[in-house]
Amino acid sequence: MATVEVPYQETVPLHHPKTWIGKYIFSQDHKIIAVQYGVTAMAVGLVALILSEFMRIQIAFPGVLPFFTADHYYQAITMHGMIMVIYLLTAFLLGAFGNFCVPLMCGARDMVFPFVNMLSYWVYLLSVIILMVSYFVPGGPTGAGWTLYPPQTITAGTPGFDWGIATMLISLAVFIVAFTMGGLNYITTILQARTRGLTLMRMPLTVWGIFIATFLGLIAFPALFVSAVMMLLDNFLGTSFFMPAIVSLGQKLEYSGGQPLLFQHLFWFFGHPEVYIVALPAFGVISDLISVHARKNIFGYRMMVWAIVAIGVLSLIVWAHHMYVAGMHPSFGFFFATTTLIIAVPTALKVYNWILTLWRANIRITVPMLFALAFVLTFIVGGITGLFLGNVIIDIPLSDTYFVVAHFHMVMGVSPILAIFGGIYHWYPKLTGRMLNDTIGRVHFYFTFIGTYAIYFPMHYLGFIGVPRRYYHTEIADFYPLAAHNLNKFITIAALIVGVSQILFIYNLVHSYFKGKKAPANPWGANSLEWCTPETPPRHGNWEDRLPTVHRWAYDFGVPGEEKDHIPQTVPRRKAS
Amino acid sequence: MTDSTLSTQESIFTSTAKDWSSDMTTFKGVPWGKAMMWIFLLSDTFIFTCFLVGYMVMRMTVTEPWPVASEVFSLTVFGVSVPLLLIAIMTFILITSSGTMAMAVNMGYQRRKWAVFWLMLATALLGASFVGMQCFEWSKLIAEEVRPWENPMGAPQFGSIFFMVTGFHGLHVSVGVAYLLIVAIRVVRGKYDHTNFEIVEITGLYWHFVDLVWVFIFAFFYLW
Repeated sequence: MATVEVPYQETVPLHHPKTWIGKYIFSQDHKIIAVQYGVTAMAVGLVALILSEFMRIQIAFPGVLPFFTADHYYQAITMHGMIMVIYLLTAFLLGAFGNFCVPLMCGARDMVFPFVNMLSYWVYLLSVIILMVSYFVPGGPTGAGWTLYPPQTITAGTPGFDWGIATMLISLAVFIVAFTMGGLNYITTILQARTRGLTLMRMPLTVWGIFIATFLGLIAFPALFVSAVMMLLDNFLGTSFFMPAIVSLGQKLEYSGGQPLLFQHLFWFFGHPEVYIVALPAFGVISDLISVHARKNIFGYRMMVWAIVAIGVLSLIVWAHHMYVAGMHPSFGFFFATTTLIIAVPTALKVYNWILTLWRANIRITVPMLFALAFVLTFIVGGITGLFLGNVIIDIPLSDTYFVVAHFHMVMGVSPILAIFGGIYHWYPKLTGRMLNDTIGRVHFYFTFIGTYAIYFPMHYLGFIGVPRRYYHTEIADFYPLAAHNLNKFITIAALIVGVSQILFIYNLVHSYFKGKKAPANPWGANSLEWCTPETPPRHGNWEDRLPTVHRWAYDFGVPGEEKDHIPQTVPRRKAS
Repeated sequence: MTDSTLSTQESIFTSTAKDWSSDMTTFKGVPWGKAMMWIFLLSDTFIFTCFLVGYMVMRMTVTEPWPVASEVFSLTVFGVSVPLLLIAIMTFILITSSGTMAMAVNMGYQRRKWAVFWLMLATALLGASFVGMQCFEWSKLIAEEVRPWENPMGAPQFGSIFFMVTGFHGLHVSVGVAYLLIVAIRVVRGKYDHTNFEIVEITGLYWHFVDLVWVFIFAFFYLW
């Protein structure tokens, strides 16, 4: 129902910067902020990648890296996990894609509060700096594993038990502040600043994924914030929230009466929704990529939306499936196993819909499409091992083995990364006005896709034969069969190749920015609003004086009786004749 | 149920459904800032919920005795020990400040800027006196040797969780006082003349939220 009067968002004046610094550094333009988020997240992601290569070399070839001690190994595990989950995936999918896609796809000029949006990035950068500072404090960063379970996290013997954990927790708290500022903007923009004709049920699925994921973040991150505050108090004020009476290194500590399980509950009340904070935007991006590059409307759009909502709601009541081995009442375990398995229903619905979208479609094997197809395959593999681990009786023997490592890397490591790559290859022409190099893109894809399967597929087998995760010195572990050692060597070599092949991607990004082919306004023939901007790349404010008017959903591909194979959202519907 | 009530119920549902399926805005006539404040408060609710759930878990799991609220939080007036006297006054003050805030919002929509200013100032002063009394309460407990890490009356977690949660709430009140003062001054300086003075309501939302949280803290810490 379009109204006649001028919508409020058309009357809001934009703050146009006059200086270079205002335009590109302290910019309030959502597209620049998206690039800032993306570049920072990729930079910190490279740190995490290098750490993982160190770990892999240590696992397969112990002694090759003499400087890499056991403490360094545990610090690398912790930092790799935390960086990947929070500072790369959350920041990239919500910070970069959220900032870039939400205003453009909603037909808005910018986020509702651009200044708060700018602050969000700078506070995020601060949190990244604090995290990196932990490498320079006495004792180095914390080595407690990314789950940071007390009591070991703040007990002597764990690397970085005093200063490392403090910088980590402060950095997380600062990140939550940054996320809140950004997230409030995304939600308010989606709810209150859409353009004429854009109803919620006409929004592209990318926006839906970002929308629900941001809601989950605003609900789940408080639990992490609270546990970070309580653990900081335990560490520095000597309170006993999480610390029971405990003997450490032969001495009874001052603590008494705390409840370590409380931390696990708080942490996983954040930690499980976090999986979906990462997965839902990826689902959305993939839905759009598949539909555009298969030249076919997304199958079951409404069900795709409700599946996102259902996954979001369910993800808040499954957290204790991470804690089966912590010891819990059987009926409690039964409840959490049931809710966990119920999540498989909307998730499977999404996978079926992607496959049905591909069915008899006019598939164009472009680089974004390759990544989208790889996402679906990888997500199925990771999702199915999730069914194993969701059941208490299967989870307990598989806990803390490489099976778990393989599962979560497949489902929330590799899959969202593939979605990020696909999204970058898809939106880069709109963002920069240049096409990425297709050949390099394809080579990068095959190295990444086949390489990650070479890394994580064998890990399932390692897990089945009982190889535990987080072991520093595999040589003295006589209980491994020889096959496990050989597989570890194979995995490490694959990991090194995948790691090095990412240079191709970075080279492609930088090279194409200067030398790439000029991109047309709509290179993929997509329908959603970001491809309808008057200029490519879109200028500050995105649109002409009048905001665009939306007449249809974003998935009108191959409509029978139409001349073109795609109809952008701004094209009016024809009167029924 | 008569036909007329059924039809009004239906109309509420249908109008909600219409708003949610419409274009441009989901919440009709709601300014961006107000929507954003509501969503922020949703997030903040979860912070306090996690704190209070943590408190309940502590109460359930500690083995040492928990101090009796009516004894710890009593004041001796003229030689008589009155339980919860200070807290009763603090709660009364904070709820009164909600009343002055609501009046300020009303004045805002009538564009009576000076009335808004004085009412918001009164709200801020009531809030500041709340924080002052909280400081008094803290110093009384500290004088009784209650510390975040120990508590002569039993479980050390009493001190930890009490100082943490009331401190976090007091921080919210202090931030709210600053927020109220800034908005009040900007109102009389005419910074919001081109708007409908919804900023007063947005500030009020935050302030009422802080009050509401106090009601829960009051119930859980002082009446349990």
